[in-house]
Amino acid sequence: MSKRIDVSDLNVYYGDFLAVEGVTMAVEARSVTAFIGPSGCGKSTFIRTLNRLHEVVPGTRVEGKVLLDGQDLYGPAVDPVVVRRQIGMVFQRPNPFPTMSLRDNVLAGIKLNNSRMRKSEADDVVERSLRGANLWNEAKDRLDTPGSGLSGGQQQRLCIARAIAVEPDVLLMDEPCSALDPISTLAIEDLIAELKENYTIVIVTHNMQQAARVSDRTAFFNIAGTGQPGKLIEMDDTTKIFTNPGEKATEDYVSGRFG
Amino acid sequence: MTVDTAARTESTPLTHRQLPRRIVPVVLAVSIAAGAGLAALVGFSLPALAILSAVVFTVAITTVSGVVEGRRKAVDRLVTTLVYSAFAVALVPLISVVWSVLDNGLVRFGADFLNTSMRNVTGLHDQEAVEGIGPYIGGAYHALLGTFLITALATAISVPVGLMTSIYLVEYGRGKLAKAIRFFVDVMTGIPSIVAGLFAASLFAVLFGVGTRNGFAGAVALSVLMIPVVVRSSEEMLRIVPNELREAAYALGVPKWRTIVKVVLPTAVSGIASGVTLAIARVVGETAPLIVTAGFTSSINSNPFSDWMMSLPAYVYSSAMRPLSGSEPQPSFDRAWAAALTLVIIVMALNLIARLIARIFAPKTGR
Amino acid sequence: MTTSTEPATKPPGRPRRAKVRPGDRNFSWATRAAGVLILIVLAGVAAFLVREAIPAFRADPAEIDGGEGFFAYVWPLVFGTLVAAFIALIIATPLALGIALFISHYAPRRMAQGLGYVVDLLAAIPSVVYGLWGIQWLAPNVRGTWEWLADNLGFIPLFAGPASATGRTMMTAGVVLAVMILPIITAIAREVFLQTPTLHQEAALALGATRWEMIRMAVLPFGRPGLISGVMLGLGRALGETMAVAMVLSTGGFTWSMVSSGNNTIAAEIALDFPESAGIETNTLIAAGLVLFVITLAVNMLARWIVARREAFSGAN
Repeated sequence: MSKRIDVSDLNVYYGDFLAVEGVTMAVEARSVTAFIGPSGCGKSTFIRTLNRLHEVVPGTRVEGKVLLDGQDLYGPAVDPVVVRRQIGMVFQRPNPFPTMSLRDNVLAGIKLNNSRMRKSEADDVVERSLRGANLWNEAKDRLDTPGSGLSGGQQQRLCIARAIAVEPDVLLMDEPCSALDPISTLAIEDLIAELKENYTIVIVTHNMQQAARVSDRTAFFNIAGTGQPGKLIEMDDTTKIFTNPGEKATEDYVSGRFG
Repeated sequence: MTVDTAARTESTPLTHRQLPRRIVPVVLAVSIAAGAGLAALVGFSLPALAILSAVVFTVAITTVSGVVEGRRKAVDRLVTTLVYSAFAVALVPLISVVWSVLDNGLVRFGADFLNTSMRNVTGLHDQEAVEGIGPYIGGAYHALLGTFLITALATAISVPVGLMTSIYLVEYGRGKLAKAIRFFVDVMTGIPSIVAGLFAASLFAVLFGVGTRNGFAGAVALSVLMIPVVVRSSEEMLRIVPNELREAAYALGVPKWRTIVKVVLPTAVSGIASGVTLAIARVVGETAPLIVTAGFTSSINSNPFSDWMMSLPAYVYSSAMRPLSGSEPQPSFDRAWAAALTLVIIVMALNLIARLIARIFAPKTGR
Repeated sequence: MTTSTEPATKPPGRPRRAKVRPGDRNFSWATRAAGVLILIVLAGVAAFLVREAIPAFRADPAEIDGGEGFFAYVWPLVFGTLVAAFIALIIATPLALGIALFISHYAPRRMAQGLGYVVDLLAAIPSVVYGLWGIQWLAPNVRGTWEWLADNLGFIPLFAGPASATGRTMMTAGVVLAVMILPIITAIAREVFLQTPTLHQEAALALGATRWEMIRMAVLPFGRPGLISGVMLGLGRALGETMAVAMVLSTGGFTWSMVSSGNNTIAAEIALDFPESAGIETNTLIAAGLVLFVITLAVNMLARWIVARREAFSGAN
């Protein structure tokens, strides 16, 4: 169920402002791809174009192609809602729905689309997703309590469970650990390593050690200056990026001489 | 604000000459004594005593403080005194309003008052009641029923329109139309209630003939007043729903309208419900639009679409201004106060309910 | 969602608009329809008022109440409306400021919360109740004061005697309106005062300011736009308020004296006369309502303009 993504010549606009320019890259199936780069270089903007979430901000626009196993996400008859069902996303800050219980949060993607489901089937989904997010043991006795009662790290794993409950092909993670403490971060990183058996994972991170630890391939984004568009500088195997990068800018960044 | 430069070069003392705490009650006691003396000169009365004592106290405490503690402290004390007296002065009418309503309203308030109408009650009955020959009769059941029906109709009109509009403004509205709607909703909040009544009255005059008065016309007038309140409060509540929740739903592949209905509205529902309750509380006491649209009657009318319909505020107004018996108006006045008490109880209850809704149905944080 | 300004470099023939689902389309149209309905209602209010008012402007002056045409009829009412609201504002504003400061910065915290709640409740009391209180309690109790004013300050036209024997005067109506709008202004002022950033207040205290200096340096500048809009809201309420005046004031022709009976406001005139009016009289009253609408609209616009102009200097972000 995991799929590859091929991006070609992607430009992203906020109104008339070109935020990300000319990105071409390939994201392999069943792998973890990390996006690194200084703040404001367009990593988060770019990752949001991969599930067409970028366009919910009014006045934004995308040019170019994003192919999910050969199908263009930006093709003429494509429904963004269907795209988002296949490409899940985990956000920077954990955002469980405050009006729903733990169980309903996990089932949100299914219930909000009004799909009917037998209770036993739903229970299976809840257990499978929570186990998949390493939250089952902590959550199984409190499935009917509000999701916002969990700790930050647990909430983030709940959000991951919610994302994988709809069985997407790809999982996008926009700085999923930046609001978490080191122990919760470790739990999420372990989880990412398990999830890549089944999913294509793309993760934006500010933490270079994290990129080095969890990812197979790393893409470095940079920006020439304020007002300039962000660009993909280079993308390669993670070990290569961190030991022997092809570009001077990448080396400066990963070695801490910059940014 | 001036800095004492001389003191700064020396070792600056941290203490400063201060009035002892006990000085305030002492000055107050002296001021009241002086106030009593002055009041005796102009003709003693309680208000005169209070006002004169307050003036004396203000002057005295400021002067004493100015002499001992310096100008800055004196100004501070003056303002403190003024703030406390503003509060005290404002308490007088507000307490008086509440007290009058309770004291006068309880004379006739009760199950009997709430269960009977004014049908066939005449000035003769009132005169007999005052002379002790007959019982005090007549109640506000018809007005209570009318207020309930008219307000319910107004709510049924206003809430869907107001809520949908606020959703449009928060979730969809961009550009000129949204700007125009927001602007005119603001304008609408400023419409005087009598003007809303005139609108409904002339609308019904055009549609159904001159002089048409019924409960529905009243409900339309109240809706004109209620819709902007609902729009504004719901808009505020929808706006504080974090964008992250919308994005979380979008990322799960939920269409926008479902996201709004199933995520955004449930998150904001407590605020919206309490806003609606407050809007109801606001229009339930509106008098002016109803006396030009729904009219007055002394009988029970349970059909808001035909014939005149009494409402509680109109009942208060007509009982107070046009007593049934010219020579013995007191029974009518008592009924007016009892109806006013009923109205105040309804408004207070709605306010309390709004608070409870906001508290009970607020999204649970679990912390 | 796409912006209209497309760059020239964009290759042609590439539709970028997302496919819209029927559910989304229907729902967004429904919400838009509700918004448009409000515009229609407001246009309706204006159209009906104008349509019904025109005969009053066109009518033979002799037919209008008073026999000298619409404007001769309406200007004393406009005067009465403005004066009643003005009296109310003069009394209520300083008091409201004091109470709001008392609740936000002087009273003990636990007491302040209760007081805030009480003020909110008082703001919700229907105007007809205030009217009833005004005519039955206030008017008899202030009669003596007005008599005293007429006796001692009678040389000022505003206090010219003889004072009303019932106490049902313009001053009394103004006091009732003041009591009515007091909780409204207070509620808003208290709200903005409480929102003053603690940082600003502590900065002032750290400079060695007394409590009043802190309030003057941090709280009042921050709260000014809110205070002004609260006062304007109160003014709008006072201008449009019908029942309190209709019940309290013993109406009559124009007089400068505020302590004798006479004068009337537009709203009260409509409430008193409309139920029994017919023909051109109805049109006249509706025309007066239109005038009132325009006045309150102007006040609201002014308030918004003042608030918008001051916002940049308030220190609020």
